[in-house]
Amino acid sequence: MTQARGAVEFRNVRKTFGQFTAIPDLSLTIEPGELVTLLGPSGCGKTTTLRMLAGLETPTAGQILIGGQDVTRLPADRRDVSMVFQSYALFPHMSVAQNVAYGLEAGRMKPAEARERAAEALSMVGLGGLGGRLPAELSGGQQQRVAVARALVLEPQVLLLDEPLSNLDARLRRKVRTEIRELQQRLGFTAVYVTHDQEEALAVSDRIVVMRDGLVAQVGSPRALYQSPASEFIADFIGEANVVAGQVLSVEGDVAQVDVGGQVLSLPARGMRPGPARLSLRANAARVRTEGAGVAGTVASSAYLGDHVEYEIDGPLGRVFVVDDNSDVPLAVGTGVVLELRARGLALIPGDA
Amino acid sequence: MNTDNRRLDMILAAGVFALLVLPWYRVRQGLFSLDWIGDVVGTEKLWPGLFQALIAGRWQLWPVLGLLAAAVLLRTTRAPGARGRALIGIGLAGLAWLLVEGLSVGLRGWNWGLLEQIFGDVAGQQAFGGGAVVLGTVFALIAAFGAAERGALKGDAFVLGAITILVLLVAVFVFYPLVSMFTGAFQDFDGSFTTEGVRSNIVDPKIWSLACLTGGNCGVAWRTFFLAVCTATGTTLMGLVFALVATRTGFPYKKSLRLLTVLPIITPPFVVGLALTMLLGRSGTLTQWIEMATGWELGRWLYGLTGIWIAQMLSFTPISFLVLIGVVDGISPSMEEASQTLRSDRWRTFRKVSLPLMAPGLANAFLIGFIESMADFGNPLVLGGSGGVLSTEIFFAVVGAQNDPARAAVLASVLLVFTLSAFLAQRLWLSGRNFATVTGKGDGGRHALLPRRVAWPVITVAVAWALFTITVYAMILFGGFVKVWGLDHSLTLEHYARAFGISLSGGLAWTGVAWDSFWTTMKIALMAAPLTAAVGLLTAWLIVRQRFPGRAVFEFALMMSFAIPGTVIGISYIMAFNLPPLQMTGTAAILIACFVFRNMPVGVRGGVAAMAQLDGSLDEASLTLGAGSGRTMRKVILPLMRPAILAALVYSFVRAITSISAVIFLVSAKYNMATAYIVGLVENGEYGIAIAYSSVLILVMITVIGGFQLLVGDRRIRRQDHGPKAPAAKERTA
Repeated sequence: MTQARGAVEFRNVRKTFGQFTAIPDLSLTIEPGELVTLLGPSGCGKTTTLRMLAGLETPTAGQILIGGQDVTRLPADRRDVSMVFQSYALFPHMSVAQNVAYGLEAGRMKPAEARERAAEALSMVGLGGLGGRLPAELSGGQQQRVAVARALVLEPQVLLLDEPLSNLDARLRRKVRTEIRELQQRLGFTAVYVTHDQEEALAVSDRIVVMRDGLVAQVGSPRALYQSPASEFIADFIGEANVVAGQVLSVEGDVAQVDVGGQVLSLPARGMRPGPARLSLRANAARVRTEGAGVAGTVASSAYLGDHVEYEIDGPLGRVFVVDDNSDVPLAVGTGVVLELRARGLALIPGDA
Repeated sequence: MNTDNRRLDMILAAGVFALLVLPWYRVRQGLFSLDWIGDVVGTEKLWPGLFQALIAGRWQLWPVLGLLAAAVLLRTTRAPGARGRALIGIGLAGLAWLLVEGLSVGLRGWNWGLLEQIFGDVAGQQAFGGGAVVLGTVFALIAAFGAAERGALKGDAFVLGAITILVLLVAVFVFYPLVSMFTGAFQDFDGSFTTEGVRSNIVDPKIWSLACLTGGNCGVAWRTFFLAVCTATGTTLMGLVFALVATRTGFPYKKSLRLLTVLPIITPPFVVGLALTMLLGRSGTLTQWIEMATGWELGRWLYGLTGIWIAQMLSFTPISFLVLIGVVDGISPSMEEASQTLRSDRWRTFRKVSLPLMAPGLANAFLIGFIESMADFGNPLVLGGSGGVLSTEIFFAVVGAQNDPARAAVLASVLLVFTLSAFLAQRLWLSGRNFATVTGKGDGGRHALLPRRVAWPVITVAVAWALFTITVYAMILFGGFVKVWGLDHSLTLEHYARAFGISLSGGLAWTGVAWDSFWTTMKIALMAAPLTAAVGLLTAWLIVRQRFPGRAVFEFALMMSFAIPGTVIGISYIMAFNLPPLQMTGTAAILIACFVFRNMPVGVRGGVAAMAQLDGSLDEASLTLGAGSGRTMRKVILPLMRPAILAALVYSFVRAITSISAVIFLVSAKYNMATAYIVGLVENGEYGIAIAYSSVLILVMITVIGGFQLLVGDRRIRRQDHGPKAPAAKERTA
């Protein structure tokens, strides 16, 4: 299975820089044609992992396989991967077309053919007529697409993207990430994508690998990570959930009855037994009402953001961050409220409370 | 893994070629003259290594043959992954054997008596020639490629090869000479060990006496130290004055002040001293005016430390200016503005914020001035009179009637200890204290102007000093046209005619006395410049971009060689390269090697500065796109570094022309350099020609530098119409 073109495997990879251990022990398999995101806070080892895959760092121990071939000791220029850099790293003294043709010519392709292929790649990313320009004469978004075209034109087994959107403004970011995902689906290449932005990761990935301190904290589809976080860290990192205390009252099959601040809800048991537990509470999991049944509390702060209002509510669950869509009448600080919890935005976190 | 085999094949072929074809030993007329080819069969001296070993019976070469054969065998029988360790072993063993063999067998057999007792007699051998040098390189590369095949440094053979070659070159041309010099101090005339010379010199009161504290004469070491402290203090203050005028005042001619910084680059080091004698010497213009006006007898006050100090102030103030202008400019205006908004007037801001922020920069300028003054040779030679400094004492210890190499070595060691201490102080003590005043965030804001009570004195001093400098340089240009300075001031072209005469009768003939050394200088400077730039920039690339064990040590050692005074280099080269295994004295090669390794640190600094502006991900992008290190260098790094390359080329060319301190030891009748020739003229009292020749040199260098400024276009990487220009990487400090 891992013999297939485009498959990637890390086997017990370890990487140290002097005294500092960046990656203690990493094992990971990536299927062909998959877009996998390495997500985590800065310093978690995600970029180091990507650079080891590119051949820009050598693992201290362990093996890396691409398409079934052991590439652990293979220099970067002989690996069948290519990379889109955070800064794009477009060669400033070469035209856009020369940039895109650069890798082809390094592979001893005839210049004429390389030019042709480069032009094709440029029109694929929608920059057909701009081959003669210098990188500095393009906008940020265009430069980004040149960087993608330059990497893709080599038809690598794996495309590596190192925070490719971090130099773009927020609106462009959304557009470009959709383009990258479309391109990846259309051409079907394997892609490994590094980001620290959980929203970006949720939007583009087939699978997300959340890393923390060099360790894999959880691997799963965006849905699985969001709905069933394996730890408080994941719950907090993916979608900024509140972590609150609760009590598992009873478990029947896969369903648990859980008491959260006095309200009882049916939630997936996730292997928990009756007793105290911790839950992730999404910001949209509670409706803020001024009366009715639910968890009582008072508004500690409120921020009006146009189409929704953000509240911090003090109550038996501690201080909870919630978002309310009803922005017509924002509640003032100090108002007594009732939080009506919904099972959809709540999940038990496995492990001891 | 084909590339592994291909590159190994290439160097093995070179190794076989070196053993079979190239003469193993040094060819007297020079390898490249090819005159030797006709005599190669009949003359045993010219035989290649293989025949030396098998027919001439030089058994000390057998291990070399064996090791190369073993490498070929490994290539044919083992796959790349399996032979790496063995290749490293073979390469290192080969180098080690060449070293042992070359050092232990000299011209007349064993170099050390002990070996003779053990092994009996051995035939003497010449210095290494083409064959031996090529084979040594081949062994180094075999080791490097072996390491690459084992996956060291991500398996990058180009980087490993480059590092190996550089380390080898630095070892041969920087460390080997220094070691030879130290051992030279402990040898007597026939080469056996003795501490006699060192002992007598190390306690010599002429070097170490502190009698001047009680009214007598101090030793030369203390005199030199005292002079260096005075010069460093003076140049730092003057440099600060100029830097302040250039950046913090409304002085209208600020731009032209920057021209001053070019002067020390284009001026041969003794020229300022020469001009001073014309102005202030016994029959100097100014001296005569003063004597006429007042009737005083001024005498020879200029000759000695005072004169040297004035000359060094003139010579090195521009260097200090260049260092300090960066420091003064680098202080973020927002700091000063913050201080002003905190109820401090300009004077308090200057005293409490600006000056303390400059302090590390001032210390840096002081240490650079100290090192420059210690290393200066040209000015003390012209102005020293009877009381010299260390650098001139070293020179007279070998060339004069003394001919005492042990004394020269001891003096050189003393000088080296002074300059290296200053260098270490600069690196270790200052490196932690630099205030990061350039924040990288776009600071709006402008530098506060100096408070008026500082501005006026500062401008006055700067203008006065600038006028003095201009006068001195005017002397140089004018002096060449005057018949006999101080006695007969009628104008003449005679000096130029004698120096640069051309006869057209019977074809073009260069009849002037200066032409010979002039063309030699040009030729050698032109050959040294590209080598210096190449070695310097390659080193810069390795230091900035590659992570290899020992990188910090490597960088440190390179930069340290900058603090080795030229006189020390000269004396150490003579001691190292006068006898086998490496015999180079009297050739052009030793001059070129001297220039390359003396000026290389400048190329390295320029390269490092330029490289730091290039985003490291550019290299990595090139690598992940399938280009190897060599191709990356050629296609990405070099084109982007064009200004730095040209700067390094011009700088090393100009330095090769103006340098004197090391050169004066290394010139020969066949290869005489302009500066050495001019110093000879000065010693013979032929000031007219000396001045004329110096002016021509200065003009040549102004032309070269001016042409260079025109030639370097901006790198076309930004839109032309906006954005700041890329700062040209012209690091010329120190």
